[in-house]
Amino acid sequence: MNPRYLPLTATVAIFLIAYAVCIAQYPNMLSTRVIGNLLTDNAFLGIAAVGMTFVILSGGIDLSIGAVIAFTGVFLAVLLQSTAIHPLVAFALALIITTAFGAIMGAIIHHLEMPPFIVTLAGMFLARGMAFVLSIDSIPIKHPFYTTLKSFYYVLPGGGRLTLIGGLMLVVFLVGILIAHRTRFGADVYALGGGTATARLMGVPIGRTTILIYALSGFLAGLSGIVFSLYTSAGYSLATVGVELDAIAAVVIGGTLLTGGSGFVAGTLIGILIQGLIQTYITFDGSLSSWWTKILIGLLLFAFILLQKALILLSDRKRRHA
Amino acid sequence: MQSVSSYVLSATGIDKIFPGARALNGVDFSLARGEVHALLGENGAGKSTLIKCLTGAYRRDGGRILLDGVDVDPHNTLEAQKLGIGTVYQEVNLLANLTVAENLFLGRQPRRFGLVDARAMNKQARALLSEYDLDIDVTAELSAFSVAVQQVIAIARAVDLSGKVLILDEPTASLDTHEVAMLFRIVRRLKERGLGIIFITHFLEQVYEISDRITVLRNGQLVGTRETAALPRRELIAMMLGRELVQEVGEAKHSETKAPGEARFRFRSFGRKGHIQPFDLDVASGEVVGIAGLLGSGRTETAEILFGAERADSGTAQADGRTLDLSSPRAAIREKFGFCPEDRKVDGIVGDLSVRENIVLALQARRGWARPISRSEQDRLADHYIKALDIRTSDREKPIRLLSGGNQQKAILARWLATNPEFLILDEPTRGIDVGAHAEIIRLIETLCENGMSLIVISSELEELVAYSSRVLVLRDRAHVAELTGEEVTTNAIIEAIASAHEGRPA
Amino acid sequence: MTGTLKAYAVRLFPQVAALAIILFMVSLAFPGFFKLSFQNDRLYGSLIDILNRGAPVALLAIGMTVVIATKGIDLSVGAVMAICGAVAAASITAGHSLAFTLAVTISTGILCGLWNGVLVAVLDIQPIIATLVLMVAGRGIAQLITEGAILTFNHPGLIFIGSGSLFGLPMPVIIWLGFGLIVALLVRRTALGMLIEAVGVNRRASRLSGVSTGVLLIAAYMLSGLCAALAGIIAAADIRGADANNAGLWLELDAILAVVVGGTSLLGGRFSIAASLLGAMIIQSINTGILLSGFPPEFNLIIKAAIIVLILVIQSPRAQSAFIWLSRARATEPTKGQEAK
Repeated sequence: MNPRYLPLTATVAIFLIAYAVCIAQYPNMLSTRVIGNLLTDNAFLGIAAVGMTFVILSGGIDLSIGAVIAFTGVFLAVLLQSTAIHPLVAFALALIITTAFGAIMGAIIHHLEMPPFIVTLAGMFLARGMAFVLSIDSIPIKHPFYTTLKSFYYVLPGGGRLTLIGGLMLVVFLVGILIAHRTRFGADVYALGGGTATARLMGVPIGRTTILIYALSGFLAGLSGIVFSLYTSAGYSLATVGVELDAIAAVVIGGTLLTGGSGFVAGTLIGILIQGLIQTYITFDGSLSSWWTKILIGLLLFAFILLQKALILLSDRKRRHA
Repeated sequence: MQSVSSYVLSATGIDKIFPGARALNGVDFSLARGEVHALLGENGAGKSTLIKCLTGAYRRDGGRILLDGVDVDPHNTLEAQKLGIGTVYQEVNLLANLTVAENLFLGRQPRRFGLVDARAMNKQARALLSEYDLDIDVTAELSAFSVAVQQVIAIARAVDLSGKVLILDEPTASLDTHEVAMLFRIVRRLKERGLGIIFITHFLEQVYEISDRITVLRNGQLVGTRETAALPRRELIAMMLGRELVQEVGEAKHSETKAPGEARFRFRSFGRKGHIQPFDLDVASGEVVGIAGLLGSGRTETAEILFGAERADSGTAQADGRTLDLSSPRAAIREKFGFCPEDRKVDGIVGDLSVRENIVLALQARRGWARPISRSEQDRLADHYIKALDIRTSDREKPIRLLSGGNQQKAILARWLATNPEFLILDEPTRGIDVGAHAEIIRLIETLCENGMSLIVISSELEELVAYSSRVLVLRDRAHVAELTGEEVTTNAIIEAIASAHEGRPA
Repeated sequence: MTGTLKAYAVRLFPQVAALAIILFMVSLAFPGFFKLSFQNDRLYGSLIDILNRGAPVALLAIGMTVVIATKGIDLSVGAVMAICGAVAAASITAGHSLAFTLAVTISTGILCGLWNGVLVAVLDIQPIIATLVLMVAGRGIAQLITEGAILTFNHPGLIFIGSGSLFGLPMPVIIWLGFGLIVALLVRRTALGMLIEAVGVNRRASRLSGVSTGVLLIAAYMLSGLCAALAGIIAAADIRGADANNAGLWLELDAILAVVVGGTSLLGGRFSIAASLLGAMIIQSINTGILLSGFPPEFNLIIKAAIIVLILVIQSPRAQSAFIWLSRARATEPTKGQEAK
């Protein structure tokens, strides 16, 4: 088998085995209700993780997304509370701001040649700070349009609901897969992750690609913020702390190489579902504590890092003896 | 000068100056259509600098480049590619994580409705590669294929993108005989199509097999351009290693030929698979053993294994009958070994640290962190060696990266002298440094030897080796193939040994 | 010796100046800022408060400085703080002695550092990725120990570490000043400092010069773990309980920021513990200053972001090459930074 598919295969296998174990213990978990909830509950995380997948594929990292999600939520809440503009306009404004925010971070990373880690750390402080400045309280959103949006859902056979935001996440994943594998930009992202120097020699526009990647991540973090505000009907500047870690974990567990260049957007979806499944199992169990989620995710993360390290060593050795 | 039309590429008087060193000095180079032109020279001779000037990776400081009779001045490799000059490097400059087709069409993928048309791209990729008799799965990642196949893919991409001049930079370095044959079939076919091909290699057989003309560079200067058929191998090696055969006679060497004492260090079938074949080596106190061989013959590998930078997997090492532990550099240093590596920048200097710290580093490492060398002692050591080796620096606290190459080299030497070694390995100690420092380092080697130190010196400067070595080992294809002793140590004999070793190779 | 002192002064000048300017600006907004009083055998005042509040970040910054000097980074220190706070609280509430509790807690921190160090030095995993594992899992482990609750204790000895005082100064201040001094002396009075810098600048050349690069790398992460343990004890003792969710939250970022403000390059090499400690105090002064001067604390993060951007611009290779170009234009002596290949 092509070693490229090994991490993804491992991810899918882990998900299927885990789900089988869950069903064996709690047959109720095999229902469209559970699946529908899994999608709804993780919609905002999934959307943000698509952006993170692109960033990590290119060899970078984006620590700002949790803060950007919170900022978007507060921004929407404040705007809808104090003005009469339509939520759709507010959504558009939020997306413009977050996309520009990402683009600026990308530009700084490229032009100042600074590590993405520290640039997006500054972005994280800035976005969180702006959210604080807008409001430090949790502001409820009671706009009728929100109620309308939340009333859209598709009833799955078996009574489960595919909500608007759950569906949106799936659409974002589809579009993400399309961008990654069916556009020149997508190929450029992989090229960057394969090695900036070589990519430049081969004519990849490094600057434009870097800026676009972080702009895309900003846009998706903004979209994730909108989804999160729909999900919670509120905006709170202390919300979604540490979501970037969950997203990074989902990307890595989804089989993407943390050093960039190899992986699949679809894998990230499975990574999200594995995290969701662990949480669902713990809820079903009732006696298990929530912290096992973090420990298990940490262990999975470690296992995948080791797996990828082993794969790299193996391919290096093969090449040397070739 | 030949008529413009016969040459696809002609460069005249190319200069390239780096801070502290002149990398190219008025080099002329021309390439005809349908010609394979070998570019030869040792490391640091200026081959890659010349290539980089031709492909726009470096901006030249002087000279003209004519492509099809028109002045060109590419600012970067992409521009050169568009003009028609494509390059394939030894380290394949494609992306191992992309598919073959993506590598071939990156940035110019066929599109339908704004999306990449993978089917069309793969079809075109297959069609393109079929011209090279390559029938492979173009949707597989590049890393799934052998280096040889990757080379062919890189060539296909370069020719498809440029189509006038193809530069092959050490393309055969990691290929086996069969793969080289395949590559050469392709080169011949491209030659028939009228491409001008520049071929850089250190395998002389391959030069004679494929090339029409040969240009040799040495120390940034043009030594000469010859028809391959009219250039005997021996003469070629002499051109590369810098000694005209005619000068060879009456070489006054070893006037007081030191009779080396009994062997102090004994290595028996010392080797490491894939690096250097097991060899025997004896070195006495106060003896300099030179190591000669062309680039890639296993010179540096020999040094690395002696110093434990790569662990030997066969053989024994003894000093005065006692078995030595050479399992790591640290262990080797404990056995009073020292090693000045070839690549000063990567393996030698610790750039941001001061000259003083660089000098005391190995001694301090051997003493352990808990027994620091006092600052006054450090100052004394640093000042002593700055003076003794004439290291030109404004003061000992200057970061070493700001020094010139020769002074960096002397500081690294000082680092080892400070440890008072009994066995010192110098890998190309005089490469890339100016003439003055050059002579000083040679004098220093002789002094150290007189003081009873055992030295191994690797150098591609044969006169140098002859001047100070009491014995010279000749290497080829990662094996020790000859040993010259006493009166036999002449540049002529070394060249002879290298050349005959080459001729002795089964074709 | 005077030369060394002068070198120190030059090195620390930007941080000292920045701190002085910030303190001065705060004192403009809040007149009573520099006032100190002595009550109950202890100094009180805003300055003391800054020293006290800044203790965890200062401690973390000590270890982080050494890790960053080796060209690494330790993202797990916040989580390790939480683990160690939980261990301390669990041990003391289980009735163990203070000495035993401290020993176990510190050992836990060092063990966490060992884990990170082995991943980095032996398995050769990028530091940012290697330490991410513990960053993600660490809080879960801490919660496992505290069983999800805030584990409170009222052992006077342990509480003393958080809120007691010695020589007129709060205990946390004594601890970070003392520990900082010990580590600074350890690295500068032995050869450790130079060897660490050598590894950070050029790991390959250092190995070829006989430096035990692996051991040094592991030791750096172990020191970082030890610092996190001390910070964790202080944080827990301060609130008289172990809060697995919030103890040390995002402090790894503050610690990295302190090191960066202190002028140690994220690319490894030259480091100064004193400068990082000053960096930690600069960050804390801004925090406290914003509180005191009546600005909404919300601006805190924005100011931090602004500081990072400013330092990024100053430290960026582009800006530095422009600076080198400027200074080269001024001096006639050519700098031979680049070598012909």
